[in-house]
Amino acid sequence: MSAVQEAVTDAPAVEAIPKRALTLGTGTSLVVLALLIAAPLFVKNFIIFQMTMLLVYGLAVLALNILTGGSGQFSLGQSAFYAVGAYTSAILMEHAGMNYALTLPIAGIICFAFGFLFGQPALRLSGVYLALATFALATAMPQLLKLGYFEHWTGGVQGLVVTKPDAPFGLPISQDMWLYYFTLVITIAIYIFSVNLLKSRSGRAFMAIRDNEIAASAMGIDVALYKTLAFGVSAGITGVAGGLGAIAVQFVAPDGYTITLAISLFLGMVVGGVGWLPGSIVGSAFIIFVPNIAEGISKGLSGAVFGVILFLVIFLVPHGARQVALVAQHLLGKLKKSQKT
Amino acid sequence: MHSRPNFLLAAFATTVIALTSTADSAFAQKKYDTGATDTEIKIGNIMPYSGPASAYGVIGKTEAAYFNKINAEGGINGRKINFITYDDGYSPPKAVEQARKLVESDEVLLVFNPLGTPSNSAIQKYLNGKKVPQLFVATGATKWNDPKDFPWTMGWQPSYQSEARIYAKYLMKEKPGAKIAVLFQNDDFGKDYLKGLKDGLGTKASMIVAEESYETSEPTIDNHIVKLKASGADVFLSITTPKFAAQAIKKLAEIEWKPLHIVSNVSASVGGVIKPAGFENAQGILSAAYAKDGADPQWDNDPGMKKFLAFLEKYDPDANKLDGSVVYGYGAAQTMVKVLQMCGDNLTRENVMKQAASLKGFAPDTLLPGVTINTSPTDFAPIDQLQMMRFKGEKWELFGDIISGELSN
Repeated sequence: MSAVQEAVTDAPAVEAIPKRALTLGTGTSLVVLALLIAAPLFVKNFIIFQMTMLLVYGLAVLALNILTGGSGQFSLGQSAFYAVGAYTSAILMEHAGMNYALTLPIAGIICFAFGFLFGQPALRLSGVYLALATFALATAMPQLLKLGYFEHWTGGVQGLVVTKPDAPFGLPISQDMWLYYFTLVITIAIYIFSVNLLKSRSGRAFMAIRDNEIAASAMGIDVALYKTLAFGVSAGITGVAGGLGAIAVQFVAPDGYTITLAISLFLGMVVGGVGWLPGSIVGSAFIIFVPNIAEGISKGLSGAVFGVILFLVIFLVPHGARQVALVAQHLLGKLKKSQKT
Repeated sequence: MHSRPNFLLAAFATTVIALTSTADSAFAQKKYDTGATDTEIKIGNIMPYSGPASAYGVIGKTEAAYFNKINAEGGINGRKINFITYDDGYSPPKAVEQARKLVESDEVLLVFNPLGTPSNSAIQKYLNGKKVPQLFVATGATKWNDPKDFPWTMGWQPSYQSEARIYAKYLMKEKPGAKIAVLFQNDDFGKDYLKGLKDGLGTKASMIVAEESYETSEPTIDNHIVKLKASGADVFLSITTPKFAAQAIKKLAEIEWKPLHIVSNVSASVGGVIKPAGFENAQGILSAAYAKDGADPQWDNDPGMKKFLAFLEKYDPDANKLDGSVVYGYGAAQTMVKVLQMCGDNLTRENVMKQAASLKGFAPDTLLPGVTINTSPTDFAPIDQLQMMRFKGEKWELFGDIISGELSN
């Protein structure tokens, strides 16, 4: 327990150096990367599929992390952006016959525009009011997708079936494995982009707004622009995640993108550690695997078991995976010191 | 899609071919696919135990209890059923994950009675690609009866279209000059139904004088009813889910419109629709049914229902016999067991589909007398018969013959 307390008191000191707090050390990053690359070679296709979904939700959590952890704005509407991304990819692939890889940047751009535009009215709101406005977006989205006007494109309630891409160049690997590596490359690219974004001038502007809006504007930061920009970037990344998710699941339907998804993503962000980007993947693992574990413990009370686990996590490690990582780092440091003496 | 076959599957297929070629010579050789052995048959299932449709989770629980009963009585040809059921929360992406888990990790022989049109749509392509039976899906959509494009998927309950055709047949016979007003829910359920009605009326489709659709998000449907009344129709067909069906019954009484009122089977529940709308408002309403109603005393001495009630008492004491989902789960599980019994010692996925497609005159305990399950290689719609019923007093009274919803032309 004392270690945890130490970590908590340590946390503000680390936060003062955002560059270190944002990422993992080079060594740790490489180990994680090596694990992510090697793991699929040893497991079944089903596990590879789950790992793909882990990356996809990880991206969506990362996007929310940029918005909330970076610029301090809440959103319960990420499922709407995810849905738009998923449908963009699915419609372009199935109706326009476009290559799956090309649909992703388009999904990203459309969602960026959508998020940026949504950010305009959202500027007037903050805190819980903003959360409510985005909540409205999330509840509206599934019904919008069912609307008769779009039905020719969206397939209405029935949804759209998406064809899973084969590995290119005749590579002798399964569709699942190819899609996993494809997703991994995109995830890494977006991760590096996000880390650099938060380290850049824009990122510092986000964080200045998060910490104190008035002070930020006094320093000459265009608060309105950066707040909407954060919304746009977050929505864009979520859109790419949605597109990848649609390809992996091979199906889009309005019922897949309800408010439950938005809340799951929010939960993933909190469990992973708000503002700590590597935590996104931990948060994603939490929202994918913990419900399965809960179901394994009790079928009838799976929701209650999930609630208890979530409560314990929030109670014991309120800063999420970030806190665990810090404790681990702390212990390693101690170990090294004691070895030297 | 098939340009890069899965290696495992290829290897597996070779094994099966090797097995079949050797098996031909020996008499009554045992044949197995993944998920079946000398002692066990693994059956997968996906249900919304959580989420917006969790009320249907009862179906999965009833099925589990029924398979327990079968196991306690010695299993099927000496093999115990291992029923693995997962929660998808009515979310299609989760359904895909659970279906893959069942097929690739748990290695089930087949996926039985997964619930919900969106969830089944999501897993249909995957299961057909893997050649895993997706048997007796729990949805009323008509698209499951498509053996040509999806030879591994089969429905169970009467489709919405079959039911609508039965009303069309009834109206053409009993009220040939009827002017029909239709209120339908603007989703797959409503549209499927409307199509069935029009197909059933055929050249007489002009009998429909007014159509109104509503969204589930609308708080009331009063204005639609008023508009339909203004059309001068003398038949009102209510293709609605329970909440709106009850509203319609009430509103009709309020504005003193007394057409021949038909409600879809989905909303024929006495407890969920008729009682809240008021028994006095519901007299003479028509609907159709294919299963016995656990609440109806006329079945108290019915041998099938006696078996059903005895099963509930012994294996599923917490279940509510008034809940239509319990009756449903029992009937579906019984059909599954029948198919597995017919498979004998040849428990390959192909043979399971073959046997499922050769059910003739099978009558589970909970179906109405005369309603039977019939399938063939070109007919993947097991139940397509219903019987009309009229609401009288405080319960439904069946009348007329069992009518088939198959398109005659």
